[in-house]
Amino acid sequence: MTEQPSRKPATLIIGAGISGIQAALDLADAGYQVHLVEKEPSVGGRMSQLDKTFPTLDCSACILTPKMVDVGRHPNIELLTYSEVEAVTPTPGGYRVSIREKSRYVDMEKCTGCGLCAANCRMKGRIVGQHDAGMGKRSAIYVPFPQAVPLKYTVDPQACLFLTRGVCGKTFLCVDACPAGAIDWEMKDQMIEREVQAVIIATGFDPVDAHLKPELGYGSYPEVITGLEFERLVSSSGPTMGKVMIGDKVPQDIVFIHCVGSRDRTIGHPWCSRVCCMYTAKQAHLVHEKIPNARVTVLYMDIRAFGKGFEEFYDRVREEGAVYRRGNPAEVLRRNGRVVVRAEDTLLGEFIEVEADMVVLAVGLQPRPDTQRMAGMFGLGLSADGFFQERHHKIFPVETDLPTVFLAGCAQGPKDIPDAVAQAKAAASSALIVMRQAELEAQSLVQIRG
Amino acid sequence: MEATELRTFAIDNHLFRCIQCGKCAASCPMGFKTILNPRKLVYQALVAGEFDPKAHQELWDCTTCFTCSIRCPKEVDPGNMVIQLRSLLVQDGRIPGTLTTALKSIFERGNPLVMPARDRGAWVGDLDVKHLDDGADVFYFVCCTTSYDMRAQKVAQALVKLFNVAGVDFGILGEAERCCGSEVRRLGEQGEDSLFESLVEEWGEEMADYSYQRMVTTSPHCYDVFKHHYPMNGREVLHYTQYLAQLIQDGKLQFTNKIERRVTYHDPCYLGKQNGVYDEPRAVLKALPGLKLVEMDRSREKSLCCEGGGGRVWVEDPNPEKKLAAWRIDEALGVGAEVIATACPFCMQMLEDAVRTAGAQDKIKVLDVAELAAEAL
Amino acid sequence: MARNPKIGVYICHCGINISNTVDVAAVRDYVATLPGVAVARDYTYMCSDPGQGLIVEDIGAHDLDRVVVSACSPRMHELTFRNAIVGAGLNPYCLDIANIREQCSWVHKDRDEGTAKAKALVASAVARAALLEPLETREVGVIKSGLVVGGGVAGVQAALDMARAGFPVTVVEMADHLGGRAMDLSHTYPLMERADDLLGQIVGALEIHPRATILLNSRLVDVSGYVGNFEATVQTHDNGTVTDHKLRAGAIVIATGFDPFDARLKPEYGYGQYPEVMTALEFEALVSPNGPTGGRVVVNGREPQQVVFIQCVGSRDRSVGNPYCSRVCCMYTAKQAHLVQQSLPQAQVTVLYMDVRAHGKGFEEYYDLVRETGINYRRGNPAEVLRRGDRLVVRAEDTFAGEFVDLEADLVVLATGMVPRAETAEVAHLLKLSQSADGFLLEAHPKLRPVETASDGIFLAGCVQGPKDITDTIAQAKAAAISAMIPFARGMVKVESATCLVDEDLCAGCGMCEEICPYGALRLDTHLGKMRANVVLCKGCGACSATCPSDAITLQHFTPRQVMAQVDVLLSV
Repeated sequence: MTEQPSRKPATLIIGAGISGIQAALDLADAGYQVHLVEKEPSVGGRMSQLDKTFPTLDCSACILTPKMVDVGRHPNIELLTYSEVEAVTPTPGGYRVSIREKSRYVDMEKCTGCGLCAANCRMKGRIVGQHDAGMGKRSAIYVPFPQAVPLKYTVDPQACLFLTRGVCGKTFLCVDACPAGAIDWEMKDQMIEREVQAVIIATGFDPVDAHLKPELGYGSYPEVITGLEFERLVSSSGPTMGKVMIGDKVPQDIVFIHCVGSRDRTIGHPWCSRVCCMYTAKQAHLVHEKIPNARVTVLYMDIRAFGKGFEEFYDRVREEGAVYRRGNPAEVLRRNGRVVVRAEDTLLGEFIEVEADMVVLAVGLQPRPDTQRMAGMFGLGLSADGFFQERHHKIFPVETDLPTVFLAGCAQGPKDIPDAVAQAKAAASSALIVMRQAELEAQSLVQIRG
Repeated sequence: MEATELRTFAIDNHLFRCIQCGKCAASCPMGFKTILNPRKLVYQALVAGEFDPKAHQELWDCTTCFTCSIRCPKEVDPGNMVIQLRSLLVQDGRIPGTLTTALKSIFERGNPLVMPARDRGAWVGDLDVKHLDDGADVFYFVCCTTSYDMRAQKVAQALVKLFNVAGVDFGILGEAERCCGSEVRRLGEQGEDSLFESLVEEWGEEMADYSYQRMVTTSPHCYDVFKHHYPMNGREVLHYTQYLAQLIQDGKLQFTNKIERRVTYHDPCYLGKQNGVYDEPRAVLKALPGLKLVEMDRSREKSLCCEGGGGRVWVEDPNPEKKLAAWRIDEALGVGAEVIATACPFCMQMLEDAVRTAGAQDKIKVLDVAELAAEAL
Repeated sequence: MARNPKIGVYICHCGINISNTVDVAAVRDYVATLPGVAVARDYTYMCSDPGQGLIVEDIGAHDLDRVVVSACSPRMHELTFRNAIVGAGLNPYCLDIANIREQCSWVHKDRDEGTAKAKALVASAVARAALLEPLETREVGVIKSGLVVGGGVAGVQAALDMARAGFPVTVVEMADHLGGRAMDLSHTYPLMERADDLLGQIVGALEIHPRATILLNSRLVDVSGYVGNFEATVQTHDNGTVTDHKLRAGAIVIATGFDPFDARLKPEYGYGQYPEVMTALEFEALVSPNGPTGGRVVVNGREPQQVVFIQCVGSRDRSVGNPYCSRVCCMYTAKQAHLVQQSLPQAQVTVLYMDVRAHGKGFEEYYDLVRETGINYRRGNPAEVLRRGDRLVVRAEDTFAGEFVDLEADLVVLATGMVPRAETAEVAHLLKLSQSADGFLLEAHPKLRPVETASDGIFLAGCVQGPKDITDTIAQAKAAAISAMIPFARGMVKVESATCLVDEDLCAGCGMCEEICPYGALRLDTHLGKMRANVVLCKGCGACSATCPSDAITLQHFTPRQVMAQVDVLLSV
């Protein structure tokens, strides 16, 4: 039996969030080559920003980190972080892919991840980082979070004094601090080319920008934060080490507002984001856990606790004392130093005003801004909501109109973690079929030639 | 109740489980005629920030049929919440007049009807009934209403006849019998230092001294409270319909007299909905020769409450023609029943009143299952 | 055995999960003083790359031969750390985990108490680690073919992926056709495609696939073996004759589906009492183009003018023991309401609901569309359905109006939910799987291992794991397929090494261990009169070892010496 052709077929996976990671591990475990491309300096994606996960309350990092480590070490996975796919060209057996590996200004071979560079950076504590969703500040040379894979530092070209202004005091403090001599100002972007037989698009989502709903006061009142910001606030590895605070105060009255940027045609988002009901329930639970006497009010339209164990979790959270009131709030106002959420309680048929120390907006999920570009690169279609279009909504949920390009996770539409994982595995299964068929074809070619 | 107290009340009563689906409200038989709405009460307890039970006199409208609690998909138990709120009113002494009289009478005389205890056994007359002093297989617990109410006494007499024919070894307590306290509990006199607790303590202890294997009750209310809230030391509690069904099945009761009547059966809430006893009363009726059993649309789990429970039987109603029992009689007439049979002294009383109010005495009779069975002997 | 062990101890902060209640530095300093400990360190996240890196580096630098990680439950990361030490050249069984998170920091509030307990737990693990012995890791060959139990959408899709990837697969289906319950549906939302046409595409593809064997009228009656090497007995009924086939497979996908909730359990809705009250599945049959009326909506010989849909029948309802949401009813009800509106434009259609769960891609948009066709959604969980004259009345509270409504109806459709199939417990027993609280089969981890089970080589697809719509079922079926195929593609699987060991000198052949072993791993060698252990079947549970009256069975990796050393330390602090 000749199961060892000269070259193993390969899959390109774009995006290394939980979906991309899962698809990569399955294909690699099955013995096929994977090129996993991630535009951020670390794998992990949105899930790495979350604190605990519903409904089991597993800590997100605890279950994600080992998978991140696995993709980092797997002999069949080529991890290309801080990299972006720039072009794809169809070839007879698949695609030729051009990938730009952006310059980190840090030599990956030399960097040990010790962190002395960041500790000494002149911009330390001044740069708003993406990972903490704007809630914390870092240096201009950074790793996004302590469990990053790979644990290699990156110079933020938008923030580094030298890269933006050409001058950084008398001496480069980072360079002076680095015992490995890893910082390299001469480093340039690299272009890498790979031949692949299949592609999985797992580029994920963006949270909806809460500024789109000005009536809710996001950006005007510091007490109003988004669900993602709350995740960072409540996370033990977040900027407040897990303390739920607004400024220096522990909030007592907390209002959660559902469907911010979902089910809302006024901003062109008619879709349901599928995860907000449950992440809000989980956040309400965490508030009760962290602030024992807190009063939690949740304002909702419909509670969509549809997954396994979800309704039971929703039951639990209410029983812990969260008050669920049905009504889509009209506005958030300032009164006597506090914020007030104004709504109609549709069960009472009365207007209510709930005073709050903290308002958490359950922001929905929307397509990433580069979705259109990515789709154009492959010649794929988008659905009306702007997410990638699957071949058939029922029977081909991970396939696209191209026979060897597949979709995983939230790139196709909002999904929770179990559904994203299942769908990623499904995409991997479809890719595996392509790999196996490519392999069988190669074998028969070898036989014919032989 | 102010905010903190109210929140504790809500948590203790599991009101936070509520998702405001409205099942309880629509299931409430009183909801269609009074402003009683369990869903709204729960919601107010959750969101209003304060709650004054005094402002909710409709709490006394509840018949404690517990359809709300039985059907609640989230195990909230709004029925019990209503009773808890009644407790608060009772503690404040805010209780409708006739109910005060009933409670006082139970405390002083062992029955709610302001009747002397010594007359409790008078219904026996010259029937062959022994006292439980010497022990018996069956402790027949008669019930206050059945003991004193002239109409209801006939049910006890019918049962005695049936027991004797079947050769049942049974005894009663006569003057020593006291109120079971079911309605006391449902009026809110429950919990620590309440009238109900003292009844359970004293009366339960007293009963434990007698020698018997099983208790058989006339009233579903007594049945319910003994079964679930008294220490019975392993003794079985049966409603008499269950016991008769057993006797019939064992061949100990045979019927020869034909009852050539169209009969419909009204399920008492404390027997049917609350304890799932639907089949046994029907089995007894079906065993009676000639009797044609017809079902009303609202039967079994959907049965409509007669409005007698939770102390309502003792409340003067300014609008008797709007009693639920009156609707019930309409329904019975609608299926062409000549007899509406039931198995509860409260239902009997409410249905009889309704027949009278409607002036339908010529069209329909209210009879107890036991009476029909005795007639068929 | 390491006479003078060199143990490295690594204490994890788990962010602040552990370090909030346990003084990690104090534990580290204490542990460093214990005999045999060559190095003790602490780190924020031991499971992270640099955390694991510390261990790997120390193994080289300090020549460690045993490692103790004190962190979370071994269920979480034992495998992670085993892989890490293997990477540094140690045997994977030279590792012990002290669980100072679930069993310590998460259950204590007092920092001193937590720290003291963590010290004891780590010290006891160190004592055991000193006595740990390397075990040989074994791999066995794999039969490269799949067995799929259940030929509904999930089973068909899982089998199709395996067949297309080049692996033979056998599908065992109870009924006389493939496709399962979904084939009985009329149309699918939101595009109103005919369900049989749509699903016929995948069913047809499987039926003609040369690598697929389809056994209809058949059920799985017995399974033995282990991952990579299962042997199954399948019983086929054919016109009264029953045949048993034996077949071998490397992996099994369970896709036995669901049962619809029995609407009689909600007697207040009058199902079975009133012919005008039907379940959603009966409605599907009624409006199916293949149905008795050719798809026309006819009840009692006439077209209904007032139609009421009741949602959440048997779902989200603790009073019938089903607390969970059935996930599909909101959308199929929207579709059915839409169908009524399309075929009877004059009809008045009302949907009574608690929450509308239009959660999937395009669902909310479809729900918007359906409402716009003139369907009334009213929020209220109805109390009962009653007869009034020749019509029915649905009695509910409209929770927005706060008013009671009696809705007249000449058709009431109950959106019955999904319940575990009656045979689920049987299947669970046959394959030694667990059921979750809701009665469906339990996945290995609800987030990250949604199709795996606790038994290697057995996977779940579709509604046997919990309610799902067709889209999610297909995704999950494909997910189960790739998990099943990974060992096929590799050709080998690892098997448990921490198995039981029978000391033949002590064994009296009494057979008590055979009775208690849940995996059938112990058999009497009748020739020798001694017990023989099949180490490939053994899962290392230890039941035999605890039962043996002669102490003749040792569970490797949990020997009496190792366990007692651990207990001694715990009792001495």
